[in-house]
Amino acid sequence: MPYSADKPKLAESSDELRARIPGWGVDLDPKDRPSVPKLRFDANLNGAHWEFPERQPEKWPRERSIEHKFLTPVFGTACPPKGLSGMIRRYSYRTYSEGRAAHWLLLLAADRVDAVESTLGSLLSRRPDNPVTETGVRSEFTHHGLASRLAGKRADRAHHPLDPIIVAAPWVLAGGAVYLALSRVVRRRRT
Amino acid sequence: MQAMVYRGPYRIRVEEKDRPPIEHPNDAIVRVTRAAICGSDLHLYHGMMPDTRVGMTFGHEFVGVVDEVGPSVRNLKPGDRVMVPFNVYCGSCFYCARGLFSNCHNVNPNATAVGGIYGYSHTCGGYDGGQAEYVRVPFADVGPSPIPEWMDDDDAVLLTDALATGYFGAQLGDIVEGDVVVVFGAGPVGLYAAKSAWLMGAGRVIVIDHLDYRLEKAASFAHAETYNFAEYDDIVVHLKKITDHLGADVAIDAVGAEADGNFLQHVTAAKLKLQGGSPVALNWAIDSVRKGATISVMGAYGPMFSAVKFGDALNKGLTLRMNQCPVKRQWPRLFEHVRNGYLKPSDLVTHRIPLEHIAEAYHIFSAKLDGCIKPLIVPNAA
Ligand SMILES: NC(=O)c1ccc[n+]([C@@H]2O[C@H](COP(=O)([O-])OP(=O)(O)OC[C@H]3O[C@@H](n4cnc5c(N)ncnc54)[C@H](O)[C@@H]3O)[C@@H](O)[C@H]2O)c1
Ligand SMILES: [Zn+2]
Ligand SMILES: [Zn+2]
Repeated sequence: MPYSADKPKLAESSDELRARIPGWGVDLDPKDRPSVPKLRFDANLNGAHWEFPERQPEKWPRERSIEHKFLTPVFGTACPPKGLSGMIRRYSYRTYSEGRAAHWLLLLAADRVDAVESTLGSLLSRRPDNPVTETGVRSEFTHHGLASRLAGKRADRAHHPLDPIIVAAPWVLAGGAVYLALSRVVRRRRT
Repeated sequence: MQAMVYRGPYRIRVEEKDRPPIEHPNDAIVRVTRAAICGSDLHLYHGMMPDTRVGMTFGHEFVGVVDEVGPSVRNLKPGDRVMVPFNVYCGSCFYCARGLFSNCHNVNPNATAVGGIYGYSHTCGGYDGGQAEYVRVPFADVGPSPIPEWMDDDDAVLLTDALATGYFGAQLGDIVEGDVVVVFGAGPVGLYAAKSAWLMGAGRVIVIDHLDYRLEKAASFAHAETYNFAEYDDIVVHLKKITDHLGADVAIDAVGAEADGNFLQHVTAAKLKLQGGSPVALNWAIDSVRKGATISVMGAYGPMFSAVKFGDALNKGLTLRMNQCPVKRQWPRLFEHVRNGYLKPSDLVTHRIPLEHIAEAYHIFSAKLDGCIKPLIVPNAA
């Protein structure tokens, strides 16, 4: 009880726990754990045989946080910025530090633009996006979707219906845009 | 080569991509034999992590065989079986030199607040990940380790993140003998953290979740006492009642950005992306522990602000500890624990899915279908 000095008694003693749970107490000493102390200098630099790493060639202007002094010597090259989303991303990196909400909100907005741009682009490619196979929703039928969702008291059931809406949104928006554009063309032809 | 590719929120597919080239003298190219999907991948999959680009290959939990090495690589050669920590790190910067591998300053131009992570958006460096047949591994002399010959791939792949992170999470709780430890989240990270808490001498381990099948695993795998928060009006009050109104000595948040249990928090964070993460579990931890307690946060949150109850944390004199896990620092000790049978990582594997069906794997893991706890991904070439 917090209302008096003694700590509540445990149901099991350390000896009982050691007997019941394999490995109980093998890391008992708080000082003898791999992440203690938090900062631990390693003069061998963890196998690094350089003071500062060689620089990876920069094949296109690599966007970077303005909190960095320079481009880091090594970096990922997965998806160079492109299109409108790329312009938003570059602007965000160039303009705002990580401390500014605008930086992250712009990057999130660019992600949404990227998804729409890429989906529209794919319609012109040899492999258009397929919202059905890409969501893996087929597994609902092969892996007990309904039974799993109805089992027990799951707190997430309340927002399950939102997921399809999030997936469908770019398609509905893109469809609407195409419809409006087409109907405008048709109307212009008629007049 | 075949690789998983992100196409937008909730949408991924397998594409034919070029095999990654060596881009730096200390790079290696690894042929992946096993990968896994992590709870962190779900934050990307749901479109929560800023600068997640269409076309990116996810995957920061993988093991494989070295296929090619750059000219300055000394410690690895083609044919070596290696496990690769989820951290991309240089070994030699201010942080790496002091053991903070997850905070490396030389590998992520996109942000200074986070280090490099394979397949984890451009905010974490823009590296393609290991849910593919081949992957580029920078600083091959620093991160990867040969897989001990007695360890199989299924155990090794879980040491590259989930197990190391759970074990690290228990350490940041600063557990002393007899402590009451409450773990929020019975996913792989929470289950490994609960098990690790006993190794550090916990006197009682409680696990909280809302998925009964995972709580059953918490009881059998981690010997924990379990409660389904959806069955209680107020889980904070319940936790007080079962601890003689003192509260736990240590809490571990193994839930992170998409926590359930409060509709408004979940929807503003996970669906509308208006905050960095839904801190429901973190707030429960803050309110349910005793004053002066320590909270270890392993759950991941986005870089934006989140509605955390800081006032209560201050008034209760809590210690909050957290980081991305510096994985390799945990390995020597974890190898011993696995070898001695104290930890059996692959006990949590529920699904083994071929790379070509990875869209289904994500859906199953994300919607928590079919009793899924940890899905492994097996590339065709494996
Ligand atoms: N710090 C690190 O280095 C690191 C490494 C790996 C994973 N992570 C993070 O750890 C978290 C867990 O990862 P995982 O792979 O176990 O994911 P997971 O999605 O399998 O597990 C999360 C669990 O939390 C449960 N949950 C949801 N809301 C809850 C609440 N309010 N209280 C209690 N439980 C709740 C879910 O039902 C689920 O079982 C993720 O946020 C992930 O990003 C961090
Ligand atoms: Zn992870
Ligand atoms: Zn470093």
